[in-house]
Amino acid sequence: MANLHPNSGDPKVTYEYRRKKHAEEMRMQVVTFTMMIFFTVIAFAAVGAGFSKWFIVPFVLLLAVVQVIFQLYYFMHMSHKGHEAPQLFMYSGMLVAFLTILTFVTIIWW
Amino acid sequence: MAAEQKFTPRTWPESPEQATLEGKNKFLGFWFFLGGETVLFASLFATYLALKDSVPSDTHAKATDLFELPLVFLMTMLLLTSSLTSVFAMYHMKNYNFKKMQQWLFITVALGLAFLGCEIYEFNHYYHEYEHKFTSSAFGSAFYTLVGFHGGHVVFGLSWIIALMVRNAKRGLDLYNAPKFYLASLYWHFIDVVWVFIFTVVYLMGMVG
Repeated sequence: MANLHPNSGDPKVTYEYRRKKHAEEMRMQVVTFTMMIFFTVIAFAAVGAGFSKWFIVPFVLLLAVVQVIFQLYYFMHMSHKGHEAPQLFMYSGMLVAFLTILTFVTIIWW
Repeated sequence: MAAEQKFTPRTWPESPEQATLEGKNKFLGFWFFLGGETVLFASLFATYLALKDSVPSDTHAKATDLFELPLVFLMTMLLLTSSLTSVFAMYHMKNYNFKKMQQWLFITVALGLAFLGCEIYEFNHYYHEYEHKFTSSAFGSAFYTLVGFHGGHVVFGLSWIIALMVRNAKRGLDLYNAPKFYLASLYWHFIDVVWVFIFTVVYLMGMVG
């Protein structure tokens, strides 16, 4: 069975292995999607239920961050190999984004 | 591998979007662009947060008066689902199934158009029912700039995907257009990333004051 290794170069084995891998990945995507829908419903329900502002704001922000991580790493494939440069770009973008928002919300604090 | 080479599902490479040098360069350049877009939207979010509810008099509507959760929920579901359908499209792209890819892209476009219709209705509603305009207050300017800029991205993304679908309808998949489809789908996901923060920061946080 040595020649059934995915990197054996045998086109048929590689092909079937890849089809299977794609299908598995697709199932992961559907699970991700279900969780994103779930988080969205919870976020809207928390606001609709009228909890305190001091609970809702950090809670919905946390749900948004988790959703975006799902979107970036699964839907946009950042979890795959060869995404070091995209990670560098996105994390530097997010750092500047964080500083910008921090500046603007603290400047109106008082 | 040459960009014009003909393929079958068996000979189609594992990462068709990065199989050519052009594809690799586009991939890198596009992610760099998305990093820049993150900063751009952050500045609009920051402006919105600083100017939220800054209205000249009490006769002007504030965030809590304006927003209605059911419509925003519907828009969120439409855009989130369109993100999944474009993932399906890329799944078929990787399996070299051009027809199914086109079908899922078509559904993605349809969902995007429905989202856009809701947004047009929403802005029209604010304008006529609440006199909430771009020029009526700092709050209005910041709101329409942020949400409108996202809507502009949706319009651009839809035009992009439609152009690719029409332009390549007879060509089929090859290594010349695989990176194009892949990047258009990345852009579409990024639009959904921004929307997640818009519905959270603008609408949900706006509802609680």
